[in-house]
Amino acid sequence: MIEVKKLVKRFGLKIILRGLDFSVEPGEFVALLGPNGAGKTTFLRILATLSRPSLGEVKVAGYNLPAQSAQVRAKLGVVSHLPLLYPDLTAEENLLFYGRMYGVENMSARITEVLEMVGLENRRKDLVRTFSRGMQQRLAIGRAVIHDPEVMLFDEPYTGLDQDASEMLDEVLRSVAAKGRTVVMTSHDLARAEDLATRFDILSRGVITASTTQKKLKKTNLLAFYKESLEA
Amino acid sequence: MKTSSPSLLKATLAIVRKDLAAEFRSFEMISAMLVFSLLVIIIFNFALELDIKTRQSVTAGVLWTTFAFAGTLGLNRSMSVEKDRGCMDGLLLAPVDRSAIYFGKAISNLTFMLVVEAIILPVYSMLYNVNLFRIDLVGVILLGSIGYTAVGTLLSTMSAQTRTREILLPILLFPVAIPVLLAAVKASGGLLTGAEFSEILTPLNILIVYDVIFIAVAFMVFDFVVEE
Amino acid sequence: MQSKPIALTILDIISIIVLGVAAYLSLFFAPTEAVMGQVQRVFYFHVGTAWVGLLGFILAAAAGIAYLVTKNMAWDRFEVAAVEVSTMFFFITIVLGSIWARPAWNTWWTWDPRLTTAAVTELIYIAYFMLRQGIDDPEKRARFGAVYTLLGGLSAPITFMVIRLFRTIHPVVIGSASAEAQGGFDMTSDMKVAFFFALFAFTVIFIDLMWNRIRLGQLEESVEQLKLNVAI
Repeated sequence: MIEVKKLVKRFGLKIILRGLDFSVEPGEFVALLGPNGAGKTTFLRILATLSRPSLGEVKVAGYNLPAQSAQVRAKLGVVSHLPLLYPDLTAEENLLFYGRMYGVENMSARITEVLEMVGLENRRKDLVRTFSRGMQQRLAIGRAVIHDPEVMLFDEPYTGLDQDASEMLDEVLRSVAAKGRTVVMTSHDLARAEDLATRFDILSRGVITASTTQKKLKKTNLLAFYKESLEA
Repeated sequence: MKTSSPSLLKATLAIVRKDLAAEFRSFEMISAMLVFSLLVIIIFNFALELDIKTRQSVTAGVLWTTFAFAGTLGLNRSMSVEKDRGCMDGLLLAPVDRSAIYFGKAISNLTFMLVVEAIILPVYSMLYNVNLFRIDLVGVILLGSIGYTAVGTLLSTMSAQTRTREILLPILLFPVAIPVLLAAVKASGGLLTGAEFSEILTPLNILIVYDVIFIAVAFMVFDFVVEE
Repeated sequence: MQSKPIALTILDIISIIVLGVAAYLSLFFAPTEAVMGQVQRVFYFHVGTAWVGLLGFILAAAAGIAYLVTKNMAWDRFEVAAVEVSTMFFFITIVLGSIWARPAWNTWWTWDPRLTTAAVTELIYIAYFMLRQGIDDPEKRARFGAVYTLLGGLSAPITFMVIRLFRTIHPVVIGSASAEAQGGFDMTSDMKVAFFFALFAFTVIFIDLMWNRIRLGQLEESVEQLKLNVAI
């Protein structure tokens, strides 16, 4: 579903990604872990078509980036630590706007469906600015799936959420992934990542340095694996 | 579920409807622009001693200075709404042509500016007993506002991405917008003092030329301003 | 790259020589103008600096377009060099013009199209530097700079046209009969020698400064590169 070969990203002279190789099969849930400044967000922004690769090949959902970014965008849902929502619009209006931007048909039925999925159907007519951080993040996920994307990208979705809100977000993320979608998520929260993902890749200094799957991980835990691969 | 990438027109309209819905709920931007405009006019009143004789000749200048100042206020606000919560990324993630974002924001900005102008004109007419209800003057104001927001939308997209943000927009915008402001002052002033139509024709032509050139250029370079 | 090219050193020396010769020609060789007297002598340097200021302005806009098309950072360095050198020359032009205007028009400054356009151009340049200062990513800085020089390059000529609607008292020195009343004059052949030599001299100086500034840009970049290497 996602194929990245020898990806290099430079900002001026600074090299953020140094020949990164990465691939994701359809239906996989990959957690991208790594220290600050490793290039996780930059990498996700390239996959999201928001940033151009300097060198290398990037394929998402069968389309090349950056040449076919318009086709990729139609199949992509992105959630970042910012909600990407308009505070002066209601939950419904926000979804309506993004639905229009993606050319969604049968809009009102779809909006109801999405609001039910993220558990906000009774806040439908309320302004987003009255929402708590957790509710905003759930609506942000609703916004990202409004066009039923095949690939989902989550960039630090737990930032600024308390325990309860994180648990509710877990549920929503699970139901998003359960539909056979391909998911790539970056996170600092190893415990939550361990629960959700089927594969764990460590990104350090601009390349993937280690990778393991949930099955292999049974013997040790993720934290040990994470520390081990960063020290190596 | 069926989806199909919307056309340029549909995406542009979606952005305009979203902006208008948000603004006509809170009126935050428009009321700020209005109050600011009134304050500018009051200050001009005392700064220029707007007695009956001078009024005739400076009305056009006072009006356009007011519109330009209020305009930057609106342009800044309209772009920081997109920037603050990452909504600009949300727009860029949609499978629509980037020019839809430019045209959508430009049309919203123009609408806000026109609403403010539509309120300021009668208020000014009342305060200073000058008749500003003239269809030809409205045409000039429309042409001037189009040029101003065409450049302003492009430049506010740029300034929103810098460290200095709000402070930078007027500094970037005014030197580039001088032709449109001066031509608009010249044309409006000509109309208000009852000049011959041939005298107004040249600034009018310049306004049209400026509008066409800068809409075309902004349309062409907008991609460079939002890509990374 | 590290050591200064010999050709550049030679050009530096030539620049100093032609500046000296141009100064001699305009201050001593050219005859004193009958009506305005000695002050008319600033005219040679005034036009010389104005010409290269304008040249730099046009080159900057062209380099901006070239950068947007090719994305080659060399064009960005060229553009910055052109803007910087042109800013300085326009400033000298304005100062010299003021010195001349005081006795000729009895005022230091007048809102004539040429003067106002020159002043507006300086403001566009200042805005350009402030814009660049506010951006950290060198590529984005180059892109925004290029877009802004392009806008400035389009708007300045229109500014000139608009202000001409209001009024002008600036003399059109060459090839205009009606200008004399406003301070224009006919050039004798010795004046023409000084005039054309000044144009030539400032063109040489302009090329020399451009070359030095571009080289400085390259050196700045290699310093950045070295810093990054040390950091890693």
